[in-house]
Amino acid sequence: MIRPEEIKMSAEETGKWGMVINQDICTGCQACVAACAMENNVTFVGEEDSGYGRSMHWIRIERFWEGEYPEVKMTPNQPMLCQQCGSAPCEPVCPAFATVHSTAESLNLQVYNRCVGTRYCANNCPYQVRSFNWRDYERPEPLPNQFNPDVTVRRRGVMEKCTFCIQRIHKAQDKAKSEGREVADGEFTTACAQACPANAIVFGRVDNPQSLVSQLAHKGHGVKHLEELGTLPNVTYFKGG
Amino acid sequence: MADHKHDAGHAHSEEHFREKHLMLDPLPRGVMNDMVMESMTGKPTWKFWTVVIVLSAIVAYGLVYTWAKMIAEGLGIAGVNRPSYWGIFLVNTVFWIGISHAGTFISAILRVFKAEFRRPFTRAAELMTTFGLVQAGFSVFMHMGRVWLSYWLFPYPNQRMLWPNLHSPLTWDLLAITTYLLSSTMYLFLPLIPDVAMARDRSTGWRKSLYKVLALGFRGTEGEWAHLRNAMNIFAFAIIPVMFSVHTIVSWDFAAATRPGWNSTIFGPYFIVGALHSGMGAAVVVLAVIRSNMKHMDYFIRGEHFDAIGKLMLIISMAWAYFFFNDYMVQWYGGDKWTHQLLHFHEAGPLGWMWFGMLFCNIVVPWAILWNAKWRATPWLVSTVGLIINVGMWFERYIIVPISLTINRMPFTWRMYNPGAEIPLGIGTLALFILLYVLASKVIPLIPVWEVQEGQMAHELKKFGRETVVSVSELE
Repeated sequence: MIRPEEIKMSAEETGKWGMVINQDICTGCQACVAACAMENNVTFVGEEDSGYGRSMHWIRIERFWEGEYPEVKMTPNQPMLCQQCGSAPCEPVCPAFATVHSTAESLNLQVYNRCVGTRYCANNCPYQVRSFNWRDYERPEPLPNQFNPDVTVRRRGVMEKCTFCIQRIHKAQDKAKSEGREVADGEFTTACAQACPANAIVFGRVDNPQSLVSQLAHKGHGVKHLEELGTLPNVTYFKGG
Repeated sequence: MADHKHDAGHAHSEEHFREKHLMLDPLPRGVMNDMVMESMTGKPTWKFWTVVIVLSAIVAYGLVYTWAKMIAEGLGIAGVNRPSYWGIFLVNTVFWIGISHAGTFISAILRVFKAEFRRPFTRAAELMTTFGLVQAGFSVFMHMGRVWLSYWLFPYPNQRMLWPNLHSPLTWDLLAITTYLLSSTMYLFLPLIPDVAMARDRSTGWRKSLYKVLALGFRGTEGEWAHLRNAMNIFAFAIIPVMFSVHTIVSWDFAAATRPGWNSTIFGPYFIVGALHSGMGAAVVVLAVIRSNMKHMDYFIRGEHFDAIGKLMLIISMAWAYFFFNDYMVQWYGGDKWTHQLLHFHEAGPLGWMWFGMLFCNIVVPWAILWNAKWRATPWLVSTVGLIINVGMWFERYIIVPISLTINRMPFTWRMYNPGAEIPLGIGTLALFILLYVLASKVIPLIPVWEVQEGQMAHELKKFGRETVVSVSELE
């Protein structure tokens, strides 16, 4: 019989890159949403499509309230993005291997040019954080001038989602490698974390117990969303601390 | 044994048997062959051409134009959104695969169990299978974001050694549907050989050349019949597990997902029964249409056949009710708060009428009408029930796909689904199904004449004293 302490965590279960989001200090200013869209060439879908549930944001601020009008109480804002699950429900359902797990980075990758658009991954994502390119969206001048050259521009019929700014991860790793060292904690961060004026988002290595993100994640009152599904998410939320 | 009641009503007289049962009302072979040939080759009426032109126009607009537009502009012109990533496309896929199940059920299962009433309408049901699967294929391909790359879903050798993901239910689905389409087409073709051989010997011109190819040189020798029987027997048995697996695998598209309302272990058999429910309903509609619109068909398709299918429909409706209740009850008892939300949304949400409509169409209507033998033998009534069941089963799939997708574990994303281009596309597939059927009725003998003749040879009316008795001999 295996005793609980004998069970070893696999690489997926510990994760590599992770995030801590403090809902108590999030003001809901949407700076992360704007920064993410610019960093990752996320398109703007326009008012009509956005209102119909076709917005493409890789991170969104969820607002909820309690009670009936006028006795309404806001609950803390909840930034929701891909949780980079260790055991991701989106991955096994893709018939074309467009949604795959990166063993090197412990991230869920979306291979845009392999995606045929069955949208099964999005149905199976319990966090509903995947965005589908319903159309070829117009980017009027001068918007095309601010494309990030490190990130693919997606076309219609393709699924996309938060990558934890994998282009930044790779850049930092390449730089560290050329200097013959490891990537230092806090050396780089994702666009959303960088833009957050309240520092409510912290990004880093969760497999390094010394990193800021691990220390925050193990402070004790953090929760992982829908953990009961066994998805092993890599984003920890703080609320009411 | 002198039952006065029977004698008085002449209930068991020879006349009565002949009038009622096709198997006991034999016609000379030549006459019957000519009847089938005439029903097929008769000069098309203006009614036929109107139907063909109208259907072609609907197909051209609904399927060809709308799909081309969707390919060019993206799925934005359809109604799918977050969270209803799958909409009517998948509803129609499941619906058409469901329709296709009746063909195999009627043809293979009833053949294996030697149900004699199947004989005149196996072909009509098998054609439904093949044409229904074509529509299912269209529906599933048109929902893909980049359909021009759909060949990536097939296992083909390529330099990058990339294969389809065999973990994905969609890959199983594709393989299952392809297998089913191929095997059901072969199974449609095998019993067709003697009939096209008959047609070949009785036609001229292009028909003759076509049937000559299709008949594969069949002459009706003892050896050919023995081989054909063997092949049909193998196929009849082999296609039954294929049929069961197809809809189970279709149900796994949903059951294997993590979503509330989908993640149900009973979905496999529930979907199969649902498929048979809608399939039998569609079969009876097709039979009624054939009977009233084609020459001589009232000889082949009689009240007894509607009566027999009506009984099956009633039993399947009961089985469906059982599985529905089981699925609902177990999910409700599971106590998951999201599932509770979803079940409440099904009944009390803005589309609650659809949920009650489903129960009315699938349970109340068949149970209220099909218990009565006289009503069951009335073609228009049974086919109306069949049509209503199909509406109910379409509602069921609509509730499972877009309505269940509306409710998920992220309440922030809850949003209603309003179909857009799905509607012309769906109507287009329906029109294509009818069009294919209408055109096929002019080329393919819809009645398996040899099977009817074989059955009539096996059946005999014998007289014991004053009592007329049906005797059936074993043929094989």
